Amino acid sequence: MNFDTAIKKYDPAFGIEVHVELATRTKMFCSAPNPAFDNTAENLKNPNTMTTPVSLGLPGALPVLNRQAVEYAIMIGLALNCSIAPVSVFSRKNYFYPDLTKNFQTSQYDLPTCINGHLDVELDDGEVFRVEIERAHLEEDAGKNTHIGGSSGRIHGADYSLVDYNRAGVPLVEIVTRPVLNTGSRAPEVAAAFVRTLRDIFKALGVSKAQMERGNVRADVNLSLSPKNSGTLGTRTETKNVNSFNAISQAMQYEITRQAELLDANKEILQETRHWHEDTKSTSAGRPKSDADDYRYFPEPDLLPLKIDTAWVERVRALLPEMPVERKKRLQAEYKYTDLEMRDVINAGALDVIEETVKAGSSAQGARKWWMTSLANYASLNALTLDEIATQVVTPAQVASLQELIEAGEINDKIARTVLDAMMAGEGDPKEIVEKRGLKVVNDDSALITAIEDAFARMPKAKEDIASGNIGAAGPIIGMVMKATSGQADGSKVRELIIQEAAK
Amino acid sequence: MVEKSMSLIENTAYDLALKLSSGEVTAREIVDAYLAQIEKVDDKINAFIITTPEKARLVADHIDLATGKFGLKRAALDEVGSWKAVKVLGENCEVAVDEKNELHPLAGLPIAVKDVVVTKGIQTTAGSKILEGWIPPYDATLVKKLKYAGMPILGKTNMDEFAMGSSTEHSAYGNTKNPWDLTRIPGGSGGGSAAAVGAFEAPLAIGTDTGGSIRQPAAVTGTVGVKPTYGAVSRYGLVALASSLDQAGPVARTVLDAALLQDVIQGHDPHDSTSLAIAPTNTTAALLGAKNGLKGAKIAVIKELSGEKVAGFAPLVKKRFDEIVEILKNEGAAVTEVSLPHFEYALGAYYLIMPSEASSNLAKFDGVRYGKRVDGQTAEKMMANTRGEKLGDEVKRRIILGTYALSSGYYDAYYAAAQKVRTLIIQDFENAFNKVDVLISPSAPTVAFKLGDKLDNPLSMYLNDITTIPANLAGIPGISIPGGLGEDDLPMGVQLLSCPKNDSKLYEIGTALEKILPKLPKAREVSSL
Repeated sequence: MNFDTAIKKYDPAFGIEVHVELATRTKMFCSAPNPAFDNTAENLKNPNTMTTPVSLGLPGALPVLNRQAVEYAIMIGLALNCSIAPVSVFSRKNYFYPDLTKNFQTSQYDLPTCINGHLDVELDDGEVFRVEIERAHLEEDAGKNTHIGGSSGRIHGADYSLVDYNRAGVPLVEIVTRPVLNTGSRAPEVAAAFVRTLRDIFKALGVSKAQMERGNVRADVNLSLSPKNSGTLGTRTETKNVNSFNAISQAMQYEITRQAELLDANKEILQETRHWHEDTKSTSAGRPKSDADDYRYFPEPDLLPLKIDTAWVERVRALLPEMPVERKKRLQAEYKYTDLEMRDVINAGALDVIEETVKAGSSAQGARKWWMTSLANYASLNALTLDEIATQVVTPAQVASLQELIEAGEINDKIARTVLDAMMAGEGDPKEIVEKRGLKVVNDDSALITAIEDAFARMPKAKEDIASGNIGAAGPIIGMVMKATSGQADGSKVRELIIQEAAK
Repeated sequence: MVEKSMSLIENTAYDLALKLSSGEVTAREIVDAYLAQIEKVDDKINAFIITTPEKARLVADHIDLATGKFGLKRAALDEVGSWKAVKVLGENCEVAVDEKNELHPLAGLPIAVKDVVVTKGIQTTAGSKILEGWIPPYDATLVKKLKYAGMPILGKTNMDEFAMGSSTEHSAYGNTKNPWDLTRIPGGSGGGSAAAVGAFEAPLAIGTDTGGSIRQPAAVTGTVGVKPTYGAVSRYGLVALASSLDQAGPVARTVLDAALLQDVIQGHDPHDSTSLAIAPTNTTAALLGAKNGLKGAKIAVIKELSGEKVAGFAPLVKKRFDEIVEILKNEGAAVTEVSLPHFEYALGAYYLIMPSEASSNLAKFDGVRYGKRVDGQTAEKMMANTRGEKLGDEVKRRIILGTYALSSGYYDAYYAAAQKVRTLIIQDFENAFNKVDVLISPSAPTVAFKLGDKLDNPLSMYLNDITTIPANLAGIPGISIPGGLGEDDLPMGVQLLSCPKNDSKLYEIGTALEKILPKLPKAREVSSL
């Protein structure tokens, strides 16, 4: 069965759980440095160096709540149109696992900090879907197990396992959607766009580094099928840690197809967690998960209930930056980009660098041209993001000054491309490069006229044709002039002078 | 020499501090005297799991040097300021001075610490095999405070495993014996701290009290024990039994000594979210009480803890308690009786809340990160083997009880219901404290029972806590003061309770009461050891 057939017979219902690592300076409940504050931190490479007695769960250690983490949670809640609970309560989720230092996770259970929100998600073609948010709650991350030996790198068959508690106690906000219904064949796109929209919000709020590839944002996808228009909900599976936008939609497509095949064959769908495999683009069964999993939740007696008064919420609200959707609308209007241009810019991740470039003095079309062509090619050749280009290779200010040189008529497009190549090779600012290489447009009329006269002398017929109104005949003359000036002449200027000289 | 040190160790902490201050005795002499007593009696008493003589002597020497050669002064006993700076006297010896650049008056006075309190560089076992050999990398906040005060730590005292018990028989490190009768229990869980103080092995000790583990041992060993207001002393660094009930406090031979110690360890701690900022006025209050006496003090006898309703109430304990009530009246106190109707549910609520929290708090002891490990084929088996082999029966019993009580489907009937009872008990106390300053009851229903007597009957062991647990459920402070002798001429204790954050009231009334009660003789086995 393929996806199209599956979706004709069955309605998918899905729910997404997104975990985002907050970029606070210290961990959720102690003063240990938070690895999610800086993904490039040197310490990250050294296991068990970013710990305190609290994050190691040593006997006697007690948690103290990180105020910054609470503020970030409030920001996320407000951005997702949630209500902020005046009183929320941390609870202990009890289960044994070696990466969990206390063998319970401090999380929120029946009284989360953010409840009842929604997020509007726009697909590529402009269609908008509303995703209802059930809750967004604060919790701590666990450590990381590494299984040594065996073939698969998984716990099964491993000789021994190592545990790194650097990640233990990293503050997380977990966002849980309500079941998303009635998205039909677009379910995989909506799911991916939802997570992408969230990622953009986290970045805009500055609450997380939000790098999917670093695991700053992780998604679990719950999915079930029901016969078309039956109005019921089927048994769901939960595919864990699907950590790229493509993978989210691929995993959903895979699960929809897989479940449809089972249902067609009258086979039971097991309620279980599943793992996504990037190499084979498929999921495989993990641990069976039943609602009977008993985590023995009870209120964390080592922490007081978290009280957030309206004044605090309003203080945070006042600090909220512009949301990505609004920013996108505003910039598109300011820059006069078409919908298609804007979508390309967004998909290329170029909006930030373009905005910087325009701020530095470039025209909007000029900024778009450079970042979406030469620089985009360079980025994909070197496996860099445009943001990385902007910090490591060519700055938006340099791109802006390149564009300014063109607009001032000092260089033409062709020279500009040569200059940009030099910029990407690290030769410095465009002005310096132009000076150093003598790349300026030849604007000296007398030098151009001399070159035109030389060309006319060699092709007298062309001069007559032009003079008699056959402008097309100027082509070869322009070519000869450009050659004579090593391409540094302004094409339109040359054309103008040729017509003027031919008439003489 | 032996005679001299015997009399030295029998001094109160207050008197020793005066002698230190006047230069009559050095810190080293005091520490040596207590170490000698430990050497002499502890193989019989077994109050200590480990002793740390070198460390204690080192601190004492540093203090002597600081006050002698370097001329640092000590603050007056009733004029302790707040700490302003830390002075490094030597390796592993940092003390604090107040705004007048003076040391704490107890500097150089040694102390014993219950082994449930985490001590940097000193093995901490909480009485369990599972933590045998664990050397913590950090100090509990209260230990830091003891160190800042310049108090040498003599060692870590014995206790029921993870503070679960009323007799110290559940320790993985052997029984502690009662200094009054070596065939009897010293109370629990803090039997080691109480016995150490009772047998003059230390002038002061730290205990912890989750359901009576300071007060009941104090009662049966003829010492003074205080459970402060919940939050008065930081819990950071106490190996947790039940987080919402645990509280560390002083064990001493007099009420004033206990006040001195509580003032050292009390105070808000940013590492403990449940800690409170209460001014350390206990010493002042104790001195005031000794001067003012009991006239006009409003005291109520708790009906539910003082009469026939208490199961297994020993007749002579009851008789002695009634005599004390008469003495109070004679001294001019306004004594009434008050009923706290929900107390009959207290024991039931306690034995749901405590094991529930314990089942979660003790989950971390799995062999993965520290302590003992028993190998297994998988991580899960390793954890199960470690816990199965290294945890004692009473600990397992309570973990199972708590796991059950928290399970979905049972939570509302057990844990949630117990929390409601707790609220009702708090209301009972609030009503009572609207009328009186302190409540009074016997500290424990009996005198020390025989070793092994209740070991096979957990329920009768639990019943021994009936008088002490309401204070833990309500978070209020309580003190046990020696009340005289009961059955078999063994000590009984009288308990005073006051409203939260009013610990100083207990010290005020406590010293006044202590003054009019006949002084207990020395624990009778001590001289013959």
